[in-house]
Formats: sequence, structure tokens, C-alpha cells
Amino acid sequence: MDTTRLLPLVVALPLLGAAVLVATGRRLPRLVSDIVGCAFAAATAATALLVLFRAGRPGPGTYPVEWVGGWRRVGIVLVGDPLGAGLAALVSLLVVAVLVYSWRYFEEPPRRHTGSFPALILVFQAGMCGFALTGDLFNAFVSFELMGVVAYALTGFRVEDPKPLQGALAFGVVNSLGGYVTLLGVTLLYARTGELGFAQIGRRLDTDGPDGPVLAAFVLVTTGLLVKAAAVPFHFWLPDAHAVAPTPVCMLLSGVMVELGVYGVARVYWTVFSGPGGLSHPDFTRALLVLGVLTALLGAVMCWQQRHLKRLLALSTVAHTGLFLIGVAVLTPEGISGTALYVLGHAGVKAALFACAGVLLDRYATVDEHELFGRARELPAVGVLFAVGGLGLCGLPPFGSGLGKAAAEEAAGHTAGWLPALYVLVSAVTGGAVLRAGLRIFAGVGRRPRDEEEGGPETTGEEEPETRGRLGRIPVPLLAVPAALLAASLALGVIPAVGSAVGRAGALFTDTGGYRRTVLDGHAAAAPAHPPPHWQLTGILLGLLSAALAITLATLAVRRPVHTGTAALLAPVRRLQSGHIGDYVAWLIAGTALLTVLTVPGVH
Amino acid sequence: MTVLPYLVAGWIFLIGVYGLVTSRDLIHAVGCLAVTQSSTYVLLLAVGYRNGGTAPVFADAPTNSRVVDPVVQALTLTDIVVGATVTALLLALVVQLRKRHGTVDPDALSELKG
Repeated sequence: MDTTRLLPLVVALPLLGAAVLVATGRRLPRLVSDIVGCAFAAATAATALLVLFRAGRPGPGTYPVEWVGGWRRVGIVLVGDPLGAGLAALVSLLVVAVLVYSWRYFEEPPRRHTGSFPALILVFQAGMCGFALTGDLFNAFVSFELMGVVAYALTGFRVEDPKPLQGALAFGVVNSLGGYVTLLGVTLLYARTGELGFAQIGRRLDTDGPDGPVLAAFVLVTTGLLVKAAAVPFHFWLPDAHAVAPTPVCMLLSGVMVELGVYGVARVYWTVFSGPGGLSHPDFTRALLVLGVLTALLGAVMCWQQRHLKRLLALSTVAHTGLFLIGVAVLTPEGISGTALYVLGHAGVKAALFACAGVLLDRYATVDEHELFGRARELPAVGVLFAVGGLGLCGLPPFGSGLGKAAAEEAAGHTAGWLPALYVLVSAVTGGAVLRAGLRIFAGVGRRPRDEEEGGPETTGEEEPETRGRLGRIPVPLLAVPAALLAASLALGVIPAVGSAVGRAGALFTDTGGYRRTVLDGHAAAAPAHPPPHWQLTGILLGLLSAALAITLATLAVRRPVHTGTAALLAPVRRLQSGHIGDYVAWLIAGTALLTVLTVPGVH
Repeated sequence: MTVLPYLVAGWIFLIGVYGLVTSRDLIHAVGCLAVTQSSTYVLLLAVGYRNGGTAPVFADAPTNSRVVDPVVQALTLTDIVVGATVTALLLALVVQLRKRHGTVDPDALSELKG
């Protein structure tokens, strides 16, 4: 069968699975509905991998493009370029991991609701795969909203507790508003060009110079995508949602959904706005670099301050998103392929860390670093996984995240010499925060932290466990899944074929002319070859440096009591996270204004 | 082509956002979000409007008659479906929040601070 025909299946299969589960789930026993969910997710993963294999085949630069139903002019177009197909494969594999993990996690679903959780996860998967594969702005918006709606529902899945509801509401309002802002931008582009496809709009725009409406459309479309990517100052929904969402959902939110926002920004810029009719390269680099650096720094600082383990991990995702944005901002194939590899490695590591946090939550009914002090000494296996995850997060070679970080920081270093230092600093601080928590929780190192040492109100981590009662023995999937995810993340950095495939994906992704020819004309020349991400001495040394820095920071933090002065100094930054939806919306508008100011010099 | 519909769309968007920022009631906030979304309908329909155009149905009109853009109407319809889903889900969350928390005032919901 022609692999092109498989493209719609990547979106349709999970939707079909969800429909089957909704129709029959109530009558099926738990085990059967879980197996059905896993089977559909795994079949999608296999299809996505097949498409990826076809798209990543060396040779001329064409990749599968499918006009659904044969409507070539106005129809829905799916593009299986290696990066999009790779993301769809990543999404699907992570969904399989999450479904296996939650097999024993949600011990007892409410009566007559057996199939609802896997069904929601499958719809989420369909939304994310659709977003990764679409070649059309309006369908990107629809997928954006589809994955959003399911994500809000999944965040508030435990409707019996008040906290998840608050987090889901803030998440829902802010993200929907972001979606509508994107739609306004899409409408402006349609008004200007009469087209909705990335490639078509890009071609039409390039006949003219840039002007106000086009740049307004750029700001509006990018704002919505940056809300999904949780860039500062659009990030406020993320810590609230991640702190309260069920752990398996966090694995997906942090592992891939946020990164899809970054992918969207890169995709839209390269295919629509990168030509002479859009935003010039230096202007885009400046705008995204400012937001990326802000995001990375603020995320790292806020992450270090947290004692709520899931919130800590959520804020480290914000920090890493900043690094991904910088990798996109430098606008080179090396930056894109380095960032893509970084995202792959990060997804495995972050999901594994959340999985470990989930085990703690279910055994001790809390994810508070201070309360858990030394209590998890009895779980050495989880402790080892957690520590390895922390080291992976700070980019220790030979993790995939380490190789991606090394490649991205080298690419960023060509744009501004100080950017590699930022990469090292941010990954050291976020990794250090995780290692600090790990040392306290699993080893009981240092002094027991006293609550009064910290300044101001804190979000502590007392929550209801998500299983029926507290866990006595740890079920096998809860350990096997994080172990497998960490192993996969490690393998990404070790297998050279991964690096060369990602390098080719980055080259094809940044070849705007090739993309347009492949989608619109059905043929393309091979993309120019670029050196794929590979281990270099500087990268290894910087990776080791950030790991060493992280270990030092963690050790210092557990040996020394928290300095009250520092905490008080950072209190205003923390106070911004007010939990008030109105504040978050105000920040979203402020962020749009900032993006406009950064983009305005593009009008000539 | 007049610029008025574009200004109206911008105004509706801003008034909705203003409502969201100052809202003291979550049901009101979800309503404001729906108002914000209706600005996208206005903008879409304004973009597709043709002076003197009829509905894009060619059953009883000659095929060369002037019609408004059917694409934006399809987009608006999709947008309405998406909006209905989002609004329904958010309202359901607010109802549940009222049950569990006893309030719909966002100022009273401060458990997620910092």
C-alpha cells in the first residue's frame, strides 16, 4: 500500500478507537477497554512510524503529501515531512507509554465510565497528530482546539477535587483565547491571499513586500501558538494545569503538547512568513530570541523555587521551552535539527520524571519535597530512575537530550556568543532542582527543611492519590514505563542513525521552496546536506559541565539552609502566579503587545 | 469594501477581553470568552462579504451570479462548533467547581498561588 494513503490513518485511527471505546466502554470490563485503547494507540504509532520511515528515506527530497478525498484545491492536506511525521510518531509512542502506565494507575474508574480515560487520551492523540501533520492553517487551528479541549477535560479529570477544576479552567480560558487570537490571524491571511494552506499563502505573500496586515497576522497567529508553547508571558496556565492534572496526563502535556506549540511557530514561520513578503529573518530572530531568553530564565528561576514536585517539573518544562524557542529563533537547519533531537530526548526524560512523581503521589499522598524528606528511602529503584532523569534533564552525555542540547547550543552560539552559556545555566538549574528534590526525598541528605525558612505563601504538594487508596507495592508498569522512557532517551543519543535522520529532517524543514514544491507541484529537489547533530568535544564538555553544575547546586542546596533573603527577593516573581484567570488574560494581552513591539520594525 | 466590520470585530474582541480581565464571576468569564470568540465570526464573515452577492447556493441562481465566499461560511460554522464545545466544557467545569468549592468568584480561588 502506498504510504501516502497511510497519512490520514494517523489521525483517523485514534478517533476511531475513541469512538469504539465510547460506544462499548461502559459494557466492557476494565482490562478489555484498556487493551482496546492500547491497541489503537499502538496501531497509530506503527502507522506513524511507517510514514516516518518513508519520509526519512534518503534520496530526493520528496515526502508523502495527501489531499484527503482527492480535493486538491480546497481540501484538507496532510504533509508527512520527516519532522512532522517524527512528531506524530513521538506523540503516538508516548501515548502508548501513558496508556500502559495508567493501566494500573487509575486503579478504579468510576462505575460505568471504564472506557472514558483511554478514549479521551486517544482523542488527544488524534488532535496532536493532526496538528503535526496538517499543511493548512485552518486545520492547524482546529487540531489546536481539539487537543486543547481534550486537554482541559483531562486536566479536570478528577472532578471530585476543587484544585484540578481550577487548573483546568485557567488552562481552558487562556488556551481558548489563544486559539481565537490565532484564528483572527488566519482570517487576516485569508483576506489577504484567499488561501488557507501554508504553502499557498506563502507563495501568494511573496509577490509583495511585507506590510501592516501581514505582520499583524504574524503576531496574532504566533501569539496563539506561543500560548500553547507556554512562552513567557503566556505561560501562567502551565504550572497550574500541570500541578493538578493526573500524572499520566502531565506526561503528555509536558512531553509533547507544549513542544507542539514551538513546532507550530517554526512551521508557520518557515512555510508562510520566511519569504520576502513576510517577516525578515533578523526581525523574527530578534522577536523570538527575546521571548525565548525570558522564558528560559524565568522558568529556571521559578523551577528552582518550587517544593511541589509536579510544579517543579512543569516549570522546568517552561525553562526548556525557552531553550527550544531559541533553537528555532536562530533560523538554521542545525538549530532546527538540534532542537528536534532535544525535544525527543526531553520528552522521554520529562515523562519518566513525571512517572516517578506519580509513584510518590500514590504511595505517600503528597508530592511536597519537604514533607517527603527521606521518606522514599524504601524505593531505591524509583530513586535511581529519578536521579537518572535529573541527569538527563541537564543534558548529560550520552543522553538524546544531551546531544540535542549540544547541537542546539552550538547552532545558537553562531548567532550570539553568550547563548551556549544560557543553555548550560538553564539546564544546570532545572536539572539541579530535580536532583535536589531527589537527594532529599530518596536519600534524606542534608537537614530536614523547615517550612518557616521559606518566605511567603507556598504551593505545597498535598493531594489525593490517584489510585484506589495508597499503593502498597509498586505495580510493574509504574516502574517499567519510566525505565523504558529513559532507555529510549539514552538510545537517541547513542545511535548515530537517529542523528543523521534528524539532521535530514531539519534540512528538509528549513527548505521552504522544497516544501512548497512538494505540496503544490508534487516534486522537489533534494535539500542541501547539512552536518547532522553529532557528538563533538565542546558539546560533551559543556554537557558534563552542566551536569557537574547541577550536582553542585543540588548538593549546596541540601547542605545549606534556604537563604531567606533570596526567597524574599524572588517573592514578587512568584506572586505573579496568582491563580486568577483575569491576571493571566491580562498577561496574554501584554505579551501580544510585546510581540507587536518586537515585530513592528519589520514594516518597511 | 468598508473598514467598519473590521473595527467592529476588533471592538468585540477587546470588550470580551476586558470582561475576562475584570470578571468577578466565572460564569461571566466564560460568557466573555464566548463574546471574544464571536469577534472571529464577524471578522470571517466580513472577509467573505461581496457587495451585491447572494448566498452561495447555485440551485436556483445562474452559475455566473455574484455570491459571498462560501469558504469563510464553512470556517465560521466549524468555529461555532469548536466554540460550543469549549463553552460547554468550561461551563461544566464551573458548575462542578461551584459544587465542590462553594463559590464562582475567581478571587476566592487562590489555592494555586505561587
